[in-house]
Amino acid sequence: MSDTRPKASAAEGRGVMSYLRSRWILVFLVLEFLFFCFRSEGFANLSALQMLLYYGVLVFLLSVAELFVIITGGIDLSLGYILGFASIVSIKIIQALVAAGLDPALAVLAGVVATLAVGILPGLVNGWLVAYLNVPPFIATFAMLGVCHGISELIINGVYAMGLPKLAADIGSGHLAYLVPGGVLSFFRKPVVERGVAVAEIVPNIVVATAVVVAIFAFVLARTRFGRHVYAIGGNMDAALRAGIPVKRRLLGVYALASFLASLGGVVYAFMYVSGKADAGASLVMDSIAAVVIGGASMFGGSGTMGRTMVGALVIAVLDMGLRMSGTPTFDKYILVGVILILAVIMERYVKERE
Amino acid sequence: MDYLLETRNITKRFGGLTAVDKVSVGVGAGEALALLGDNGAGKSTLIKLVSGVHQPDEGEIWMSGERVRIESPMDALAAGIETIYQDLALAENLDVGANIFLGRERMRRRLGVLKVLDDQGMRDEAQKVLDRLDIHIPSLKKTIRTLSGGQRQAVAISRSIYWDAKVLIMDEPTAALGVAEQKKVLNLVRTLKDQGIGIILISHQMYDVFEVADRLAVMRRGVLVGERVVKDTDPDEVVGLIVGSETVGKER
Amino acid sequence: MSGEDAPKGARVRRDASFLDSGAGRFLAANWALCFLGLMLVVFSLTGRGFLSINNFQNVVHLQTVPFLLAAAETFVIITGGIDLSVGFVMGLASVGAAKLIQTFLAGGVGVDAAIVLAVVIVLAASFLPGVVSGVVITKFKVPPFIATLGMWGIANGLALKISQGYPMAGLPDELPAIGNGYLLYVLPGQLLSFFGKPAGFPDSRIRELVRLVPYSLPFVVAALAALAFALRRGRFGRHTYAIGGSMDAAVRAGIDVDAHLVKVYALSSFLSGLAGIFNVFQTGIGNYTTFNAQYEFFAVAAVVIGGASLMGGKGRIWGSAVGVLVLAFLENGLALSGVQPFYRYIAVGVLLVVAVVIDKLFPDAR
Repeated sequence: MSDTRPKASAAEGRGVMSYLRSRWILVFLVLEFLFFCFRSEGFANLSALQMLLYYGVLVFLLSVAELFVIITGGIDLSLGYILGFASIVSIKIIQALVAAGLDPALAVLAGVVATLAVGILPGLVNGWLVAYLNVPPFIATFAMLGVCHGISELIINGVYAMGLPKLAADIGSGHLAYLVPGGVLSFFRKPVVERGVAVAEIVPNIVVATAVVVAIFAFVLARTRFGRHVYAIGGNMDAALRAGIPVKRRLLGVYALASFLASLGGVVYAFMYVSGKADAGASLVMDSIAAVVIGGASMFGGSGTMGRTMVGALVIAVLDMGLRMSGTPTFDKYILVGVILILAVIMERYVKERE
Repeated sequence: MDYLLETRNITKRFGGLTAVDKVSVGVGAGEALALLGDNGAGKSTLIKLVSGVHQPDEGEIWMSGERVRIESPMDALAAGIETIYQDLALAENLDVGANIFLGRERMRRRLGVLKVLDDQGMRDEAQKVLDRLDIHIPSLKKTIRTLSGGQRQAVAISRSIYWDAKVLIMDEPTAALGVAEQKKVLNLVRTLKDQGIGIILISHQMYDVFEVADRLAVMRRGVLVGERVVKDTDPDEVVGLIVGSETVGKER
Repeated sequence: MSGEDAPKGARVRRDASFLDSGAGRFLAANWALCFLGLMLVVFSLTGRGFLSINNFQNVVHLQTVPFLLAAAETFVIITGGIDLSVGFVMGLASVGAAKLIQTFLAGGVGVDAAIVLAVVIVLAASFLPGVVSGVVITKFKVPPFIATLGMWGIANGLALKISQGYPMAGLPDELPAIGNGYLLYVLPGQLLSFFGKPAGFPDSRIRELVRLVPYSLPFVVAALAALAFALRRGRFGRHTYAIGGSMDAAVRAGIDVDAHLVKVYALSSFLSGLAGIFNVFQTGIGNYTTFNAQYEFFAVAAVVIGGASLMGGKGRIWGSAVGVLVLAFLENGLALSGVQPFYRYIAVGVLLVVAVVIDKLFPDAR
């Protein structure tokens, strides 16, 4: 076979530019970050950064979920309402367990596990509709969105879902470590100090948990057979079928996985805000889809990596925080995300064509 | 001769239409059988019966002298029947190694516990089989999107060889290729024959047929209308069989 | 494979059955209409006040905006694309028109002139978002989902900026008067008057008046009829179907696909703008669209229920209109029957899935 040797060196000389070009999203993130550093005081300090990650956690989780679905060439519009559903369910279950006399710690644990278990169901239905009934993902997940919304409202029946044992609230707003100036480092429990002493808070719990989750799923996507099959299905579903890949089962798995992550997001939400809302995640879906696309994945499926998606999610998180801190109301965020989204896709095509 | 793969009176109907009508045909080891016929003749359906995509309404399939039941594509693969479709069934977004091992990925253990994709191992194996078939692909790490039509064809063929195909079915292998690459693919077919693999070739290219096929079988409207040994016939006679010799008058 | 296969549409497993009979086919082709009829019957029995002129007119009147948005979406979906921005472009138009009217009034312009000017300006400007989306889609090859998602965000942001997050009030009363006016006011057996209640009619007896034919009805019917005509009989519509059926074939037939797509998205945003203006007339306030409203999703749902395929190439204006009615009466009937509103969400979801499944089972039915 003839070799396809790249034409000599005109391309090689532009090493740095080409490197930067293919990682443009990272460059953009850095520039964006610097921009906001100048716009507002105190953007670049540790606590602001932690706040950034703290509030960005939900977008990160949903972005991971959407990434899997989008790689298969599908889309999941229901994740926001699954998140809301889970936030409500977790509160209800934990409250019920506590009322039944269970130790708060056990109640919280059991409640979380139960919520996650229940939270896989919507995904299974989505997957079943898409894989076995051949319903287009847009329709199937849109239908599920409504169903989750309806069930959520049904459960709360007009009463706000609020109130969790202190343990849950502590986990939700707590940090991994605390440093009292003068040297005492304590884990998980915020040390009680005199007034006026500032305790440095290091890394919120939920950020740690999210980082672990993201790492696990990044591994699954890149290094396991399941992940490989997800890419194959998105790349050429026919080829995947004929190669003996159990496509239907994999799709079921992907949507269930996404639903699981959204439910996890719901639990996190409940811990963060000590309340549950049906529409807690309504605007998060679009943000997470934007994050995945800004991170370079193609809407047609077959491409996208966890790292770049996280960069995309960071772009949005930084935007959010930056606008909030510089006093501009978040109305601008929508406009900017919209513009960035379109530009991102255009950039991706441009970069790809240059290769 | 003893056939490697053979169909006996195989029949398939769709509603009121008989797509394949009592067709008995076979291919031997190290032999290439060309399957010819106009559109709608039933060639595709016959192939799909043998590769497990469809189930026959009547008739049997025999491999190496034993009856086999092929009820799914996996059964066909397990029996050593590999099919290379016109669209090659390759995933553009994956590299050569990933494509060759698609669906049957190799794993290795990390830290004793974790089962992880063995990408490097798959690439090494891919290189071996490419070498065995004398195919040159510069970089195995890139996605196959960067490969030419001929190279992709080679990857598809390598996949089948790697999995020890006994019978390889190729659907219009040279269709979208330039002249030089067509020659390369035909050479590959000869290499495969030398290695004892039975090949069924669907092709409209009379040149290909007369270059590499040993025997040919012609179908028309679901029926097998003629079998010939390639060196004992000529293109005119073959065309006559394909369209129905009433249209092509020729003294024989 | 080699151009052969089982004959297209060969139904391997089903024997001749009800589904192949004349009645069966009619049912499949028009299931949404039949379902609508069924609903009307059932809800007449279970719903309080369902079967009344007032109720029906009310429902239809309130669906004016969804009708327009569904019509907009129909064109886009037929080309195989999607427009996620319709809801927010509508909000932008609503807010924009309100702002303009406020500005004009403050500047001393007469009420009627202010309204007319604002309407004209907003209508003209409504093409813009669609043109931008269309160019982004055709010239920059951005998938419609993303392009209109981006526009969704931009329109939303702009609308919020203009309105600062509040509904915009302080608009002349003429607006809701026109928006909610009826053609005919009848006191059964006694009085009849056009365009307004009879002069000198006491407010205390208002409830005895029967109102017939809201202004919105002829407006919407005329709009839908014009669009349906353009779609079925006009060259514009023919090209739209062609692109949806096979973009390749359309290109080779010499159709300027890029230009046409831009026009389709421009039409979609124009109709959204029209809907936004109507919204101002109907409510008397400039409203930005909230997330919960999900107008675009319901528009898409209506179009799918009405028989279009998300792959493109299929769809009818009147079909989408039926889809809108199905969703509207579903909510209305369930509400009047005392069913809690959350079940509506579930019902819509199930309905959507059913629509798609039926479409798969009977692909040639329409």
